[in-house]
Amino acid sequence: MAKLSLKKLTKSYGKVEVLHGIDLEVDDGEFVVFVGPSGCGKSTSLRMIAGLEEITSGEIWIGGRKVNDLEPKDRDIAMVFQNYAIYPHMSVRKNIAFGLWNAPLSKAEKAARIEEVARILDMSELLERKPSQLSGGQRQRVAIGRAMVRNPAVFLFDEPLSNLDAQLRTQMRLEIKKLHQQVGNTIIFVTHDQVEAMTLADRIVIMKDGHIQQVGTPEDVFHAPANTFVAQFIGAPSMNMLNVTGAGDEISLSSGIKMQPGRQTQTGQPLLLGVRPDDLSVDDQNPIVTGKVVVREPLGSETLIYVSGPQGEIVAKVPGKSGVKVGDEVKLGATPEALHFFDTETGDALV
Amino acid sequence: MTAVSDTSELPSVKAETVLSARSRKPANLGQILRWLLLFLGGLLMIAPITYMISTSLKWPHEIYNVNLIPEEPTIENYTYVLEDGRFYLWFVNSIIIAVITTVSNLFFDSLVGYTLCKFRFPGRYIVFIAILSTLMIPTEMLVIPWYMMSQSFGWLDSYWGIMFPGLMTAFGTFLMKQFFESVPDDFLEAARIDGLNEFQIWWKIAMPLVKPALAALAIFVFLGNWTAFLWPLIVTNSVEMYTVPVGLSGFGDEVDVAWELIMTGAAISTLPTLVVFLIFQRFIIRGVVMAGLKG
Repeated sequence: MAKLSLKKLTKSYGKVEVLHGIDLEVDDGEFVVFVGPSGCGKSTSLRMIAGLEEITSGEIWIGGRKVNDLEPKDRDIAMVFQNYAIYPHMSVRKNIAFGLWNAPLSKAEKAARIEEVARILDMSELLERKPSQLSGGQRQRVAIGRAMVRNPAVFLFDEPLSNLDAQLRTQMRLEIKKLHQQVGNTIIFVTHDQVEAMTLADRIVIMKDGHIQQVGTPEDVFHAPANTFVAQFIGAPSMNMLNVTGAGDEISLSSGIKMQPGRQTQTGQPLLLGVRPDDLSVDDQNPIVTGKVVVREPLGSETLIYVSGPQGEIVAKVPGKSGVKVGDEVKLGATPEALHFFDTETGDALV
Repeated sequence: MTAVSDTSELPSVKAETVLSARSRKPANLGQILRWLLLFLGGLLMIAPITYMISTSLKWPHEIYNVNLIPEEPTIENYTYVLEDGRFYLWFVNSIIIAVITTVSNLFFDSLVGYTLCKFRFPGRYIVFIAILSTLMIPTEMLVIPWYMMSQSFGWLDSYWGIMFPGLMTAFGTFLMKQFFESVPDDFLEAARIDGLNEFQIWWKIAMPLVKPALAALAIFVFLGNWTAFLWPLIVTNSVEMYTVPVGLSGFGDEVDVAWELIMTGAAISTLPTLVVFLIFQRFIIRGVVMAGLKG
């Protein structure tokens, strides 16, 4: 177990820079999730930590050691790959044993470690099987076992759940979280799935185009997004964005509605108003938007309604039993605390 | 008549099979053509082998008759060839050369193929093209420089002289490189993190994943060297160094070629190729590589 630091980490392929100076401190035993759309540099960062990609500039420190020039095997890390990468020609036992290739342990100690890991992962009876005789979830477990048996300072997970079906993914997600609570190693987990990121992470690192957009707890990034990208990336459905103009302690929407956001604004200043679908309520006394329900998506306990009005289309999440129908005229409003304001040009949140 | 009465006594299950086979819709013209083509192809393949075995069972006076079944079949030729001590010598020579060459090709072709496939280094493409381009030079043209090399190194009339041109082949390198393309890099990276060095990764992870290709290459190389004639003929002088094909060609005297003996030797010498094929063909099973990936 150890701390991990990334200092001004950059990566270029030829003249194209894909990572532009990543700075990050990960605490001992912390579960950090890198999330972002494809091409944002999250997997590249992970592979650089693992030592599978060369570092263009910057430093990586693991457990107080600078590991820039160390081989992957000497970095005290273990990695679980997206497609598991368990060796097809070896039994589960041998696959896990490969994780101990360089470990200075006796045969008996190694065997004991393998049994221990198999017990934790509940696959003792699978040890003699070949990967082809395992289901997707079991293969994933073997891959995790091979990483676990090394007892590394840092676990690296590269989208490990993306090849599993929805139900199994939820189950494995829970198992990984339990596993982390049990073994307590530092974990860096890469995913493009924001639900995975929110449910697993102690802290989330949201990336886009090779830059970190925000680092924070799931609650931080959800309730206090640093910019419009984070606001819209985290949360499903995405946060609604409306163009408004400031006017002292009032703001006016393009639909002509005026409201008091509970803060001061510069008169005439164009702003973006963000409000989450969850925070909107129907038939509000001080509506932000009014319009007609054009689409209704029942999800059971909740229903998504898409409301079209002069300000464009926005989505709201209402209780499943609310009885709102397509064609209804609705007035949607939210409390001042639920409103987020962003700079129109930079997209940065205004505090 | 007996056949008909046999059919009527078949158990009911078999009778049903016969019925269902009969009730299948009649073959169309395309199918008939395909079968005909396959039949002709099969005939072409089997004809020389049949003729070889047939001739090996004939007396010398009968060998220019084209009849397939000898009038007076004899195993005299086999007795003669097997009792002639030289044949054993050539057989052993051929085995030694074919086995060493095969092992060497499996090792070096796959090592070079793997390197060209999985490592990025400057000049990689040029090296690959250079290796490939040697495929375009025919053996007949190469034997002269080979001979001159052998002569100056003192390799004439030795195992090393016979083997050295074939210890590594461009074809094998190309074949292995293409097969290594199908091995996902994730396996190699996982092994790198597990702590294997590059040679161990190649040997313990990559090689087992291309077993089908290795088996195919082993069959090609073994057959190629087992039947090689021109180069062993040129590089060997003494009868003790001959390989089977070279030795067989010398059966008979200046006037008469003893075809019946050549065919007998050829028939015996097909046995090792059969063995090699039977050993390696079971490795040619596809789909091994994918088993460790997403299911």
